[in-house]
Amino acid sequence: MEIFVSIIIGVLTMCAVYLVLSRSLLRIIIGTALFSHAAHLLVLTTAGLKTGAAPVLVDGVTEYTDPLPQALVLTAIVISFGVTAFFLVLAYRTYQELSTDNMEEMKGTESYD
Amino acid sequence: MKQNSKRVNDVILQTASIIIFFIIVIFSINLFFAGHYSPGGGFIGGLMTSAALVLLLLAFDSNTLSKVLPIDYRLMTATGLLIALATGLHSLFFDRPFLTHAYGKFDLPLLGEQTLHTAIAFDLGVYLVVIGVTMTIIQTIGESE
Amino acid sequence: MKSGDLTFDLIICTTLYEGGIFLSVLHFAILLPLLAAPFIPFLFKGMKQIHTGWFVLVVPVVLVSYFAGFIPVTSAGDVVTETIAWMPSLGINFTAYVDGLSLLFALLITGIGALVVLYSIYYLDKDKESLGHFYVYLLMFMSAMLGVVLSDNMIVMYMFWELTSISSFLLIGYWYEKERSRYGAQKSMLLTVFGGLSMLGGIVLLESMVGSYSIRDMVANSGVIAESPFFLVAMILILLGAFTKSAQFPFHIWLPDAMEAPTPVSAYLHSATMVKAGLYLVARMSPVFQESPVWLWTIAAVGMFTMFWGSFNAVKQTDLKGILAFSTVSQLGLIMSLLGLGAAALHYDGIDDNIFIVATIAAIFHLINHATFKGSLFMMAGIVDHETGTRDIRKLGGLMTVMPITFTIAVIGSLSMAGLPPFNGFLSKEMFLKATTKVFSADFFALETIGILLPVVAFLGSVFTFIYSIMLFTRTFMGEAKFDQLPKKPHEAPIGMLISPVILALLVVGLGFFPNVLSNTLIKPAVESIYPTLVAQGQNVKVDIYFWHGLTPELYMTIGVILLGSLLFWQMNKWMGIYNRIPHRLTLNGVYDGTLVWSNKAAYRFKDNYMTGFIRSYLIYIFVFLSGMMLFSIWWFDMYQFSFENMAEIAPYEYVLGAVVILAALAILFMKSRLPSIILLGVVGYGVALFFVFFGAPDLALTQLVIETVSVALFLLVFYHMPDISKKETRMRFKVGNAIVAVLVGVTVTLLSFMALTHKSLSSISEYHIENVYDLAAGKNMVNVILVDFRGFDTLFEIVVLGIAALGIYTMIKFRTTRRTKGDGANEAKQQTRQ
Repeated sequence: MEIFVSIIIGVLTMCAVYLVLSRSLLRIIIGTALFSHAAHLLVLTTAGLKTGAAPVLVDGVTEYTDPLPQALVLTAIVISFGVTAFFLVLAYRTYQELSTDNMEEMKGTESYD
Repeated sequence: MKQNSKRVNDVILQTASIIIFFIIVIFSINLFFAGHYSPGGGFIGGLMTSAALVLLLLAFDSNTLSKVLPIDYRLMTATGLLIALATGLHSLFFDRPFLTHAYGKFDLPLLGEQTLHTAIAFDLGVYLVVIGVTMTIIQTIGESE
Repeated sequence: MKSGDLTFDLIICTTLYEGGIFLSVLHFAILLPLLAAPFIPFLFKGMKQIHTGWFVLVVPVVLVSYFAGFIPVTSAGDVVTETIAWMPSLGINFTAYVDGLSLLFALLITGIGALVVLYSIYYLDKDKESLGHFYVYLLMFMSAMLGVVLSDNMIVMYMFWELTSISSFLLIGYWYEKERSRYGAQKSMLLTVFGGLSMLGGIVLLESMVGSYSIRDMVANSGVIAESPFFLVAMILILLGAFTKSAQFPFHIWLPDAMEAPTPVSAYLHSATMVKAGLYLVARMSPVFQESPVWLWTIAAVGMFTMFWGSFNAVKQTDLKGILAFSTVSQLGLIMSLLGLGAAALHYDGIDDNIFIVATIAAIFHLINHATFKGSLFMMAGIVDHETGTRDIRKLGGLMTVMPITFTIAVIGSLSMAGLPPFNGFLSKEMFLKATTKVFSADFFALETIGILLPVVAFLGSVFTFIYSIMLFTRTFMGEAKFDQLPKKPHEAPIGMLISPVILALLVVGLGFFPNVLSNTLIKPAVESIYPTLVAQGQNVKVDIYFWHGLTPELYMTIGVILLGSLLFWQMNKWMGIYNRIPHRLTLNGVYDGTLVWSNKAAYRFKDNYMTGFIRSYLIYIFVFLSGMMLFSIWWFDMYQFSFENMAEIAPYEYVLGAVVILAALAILFMKSRLPSIILLGVVGYGVALFFVFFGAPDLALTQLVIETVSVALFLLVFYHMPDISKKETRMRFKVGNAIVAVLVGVTVTLLSFMALTHKSLSSISEYHIENVYDLAAGKNMVNVILVDFRGFDTLFEIVVLGIAALGIYTMIKFRTTRRTKGDGANEAKQQTRQ
């Protein structure tokens, strides 16, 4: 299972990197969203998958999955939502001001000396 | 969401969403309170509530929503943060490190013996912040022209 | 514990670690100028009618009397230490340490400091100058310098050391509207901070050998240091610090440019105290390093050459302060070389009279003498500048008649500097020459062969010293008077301005006649702290300085210096041409300027090459570097063998789900329009949520589901407001470069995951949470308990971050500085970014 998920993580990261490197601002945002999915899975996977029951105390159960990575990932999910929302609005405002979402057109024409 | 010249017939959506809204909200409050013992908690509860609000927003429009629920979501965010911070600070008065929680069993009318926990206050802060933030984001984008 | 009497009880009560946490009187004395500094601007603003200098003067006067109280302690061979715990876990404590050497410097710093402050009161006009700044910098320097010489901990010393560089920088740039001031300030900063950082490296190396930052521990363990393979590196790094600070060749070039500072600063920092910090360091570190021949030779050779080069260059200067600057360089070199020769004393087996100790005695004695005569000469130069409006010796002349007192000071100072009797300079110069001639009697370190160069260079340097000393007062005060060409009508300086130089000149004469006043009180304790091993062996350091030694080689050398010097001075016009032989490009200053210009250009070129302005380029750097580092370390640490044991099983439906997620993610890459991409992103998100369900993470699954729903709503909402953008299709080309980077990062991350699965070197800390979730937090849902209880701080900050994100979004949309029409908005924004 872990190997399979690791490969999924690799593919997700690959797609994320390719999207982030593209010119369209919107594709970049989609890329960051994919990135966070990959990262969440990575944190969970490295801790070991399916090592026990869901981390809710039940009498008689001794083996639980690691709760700590789950807590970390839960935090990360919410934060990445905030970041994605922020990016989206940034893109939206940029579009309003510049009428483009092409990163290459946004580059300043002169270098800063 | 917006008064278009071409009116869309969304009576079914509107009627259904009012009912569903209450179901989701009640569910989310349940999730919030259950959080300490079973899956749920401030984050999930808050997100669920905001999802319900988003549903209303989609069915009606933002003006209607702000008339029905005149809530300042930024104020809600700030209140949530303040509550979370205050629960963290209270332990300092008992000479404990910041964010130390306390709990005790109380015999409450109607509910019988229940465990009360200061962590729920902290979680309430989280709950309010999550709703506040999500709705601030959605609302500002929705209102901007 | 003499100084600590007042606070002694307090320190005992509150002793933490090895020292107290309260300031002892000694620490208070070190920090007093710094503590006084904040009040200076208020005094300057509030008490306009009184010159701020009078308030400042109190500080050094109090301190010099306080430190004078230590003289009986150190001359009895005792030391005083006081410790404040600062960073005990790092072995960094503020230990103040008074022995003969540090006391000598402390007295110089505070004594000359008092005279300089007094002088500055008359030199700097209280109505025209921003004295608030000036005295703050000066006090800061005073504290820093005291800290350097009184700290036992090398890190603390280093801190104060850099503080002296900073205050020197600020004081050189005091008249910052002048371009030369800024240039000089920058130069001194660059060179001394370069040295300081090298020294820090040396300190860290020494600490790694000895295990302590304390200088006393290093001295005690000098044997360990000597055997270390890094001995030489540490020594050279420490010496770089000392050489840059003490303006030794080839780092001396900053000192002449530092003369742009107000003259009291030049007299104080750049001749009497700060530049001697390097000498202090060499003297202080001598017990650690002086066993090595490299130490002796490096210091003696660099010092001797600096002495010659400084005096040689002083002769061609036309600015009074320029002459003095190069002369300071030369004199510092002289003292440096003496400290180097002094190390020979350890190897000399000469029965009971160790002749090389005389070198160290001469070094200490000359250090004091130099402070007196150079201080008075700088003040003289300041007076001339102040009263005539120029320091150019080509314009000056014949001032003797109008400025008799200043002239007398100049003559006394110059003759002492030239090494003529009956002044104190003669005594120490004789000892210097004696030490250099003693190399003939040594039979180690090749001193008896190439060592012969030492007296020759010393002789040549002395000749040029003689020439510029004579120039100094003849060109200024004698010869033809050209008063009409001077910017001001010259007259004698006000009495207050003369007090300090007169005191110094009296010292020059007084110490010349009664040198032994200092012998047992200051010089002997200082010399003894340079030779702890000899003192421990019971060898006696005898300090007895007198005029007549009989017809010794050094006396013949002095006579030779006077004869040859007079001849050359007389025939000066005939040989001055040699100075123009060296083109500017090849001089050290040329090299320095060239390096600055070159590095500036190189930095710009480098920057222009990688700062393309495209986010894509920056991201590629980051990704490639990340992958490169990861892959390299996988290879380097032999981590590429993976073992997969105890892996979880896969259900068939999980294969299906995985395939869906992968296909959806890949499909996004080929989507031309945006709406389908969003929907595919949603598919990935919901797929991940389902994975969370399978992994036994119900909280995560719930959160992910709701978040995904809200996110998709958000994306659609934004599209609703960006109608054009959602419909517009951009032509997409498959970019091979991007694809390669993408695959590289993907593979790296997969390998990272494999590696993490293979190498679990540390056990998880989660056991704690699982065991205590009910007992400590009375909860059953571990994830939630971790969030709100065990790791509540994380969550608190997380919601703060969320709040900030929401606020950011709100401000981005609601608060616009300008409301533009859509058409020209783009152009205007472009212009804004350009600014």
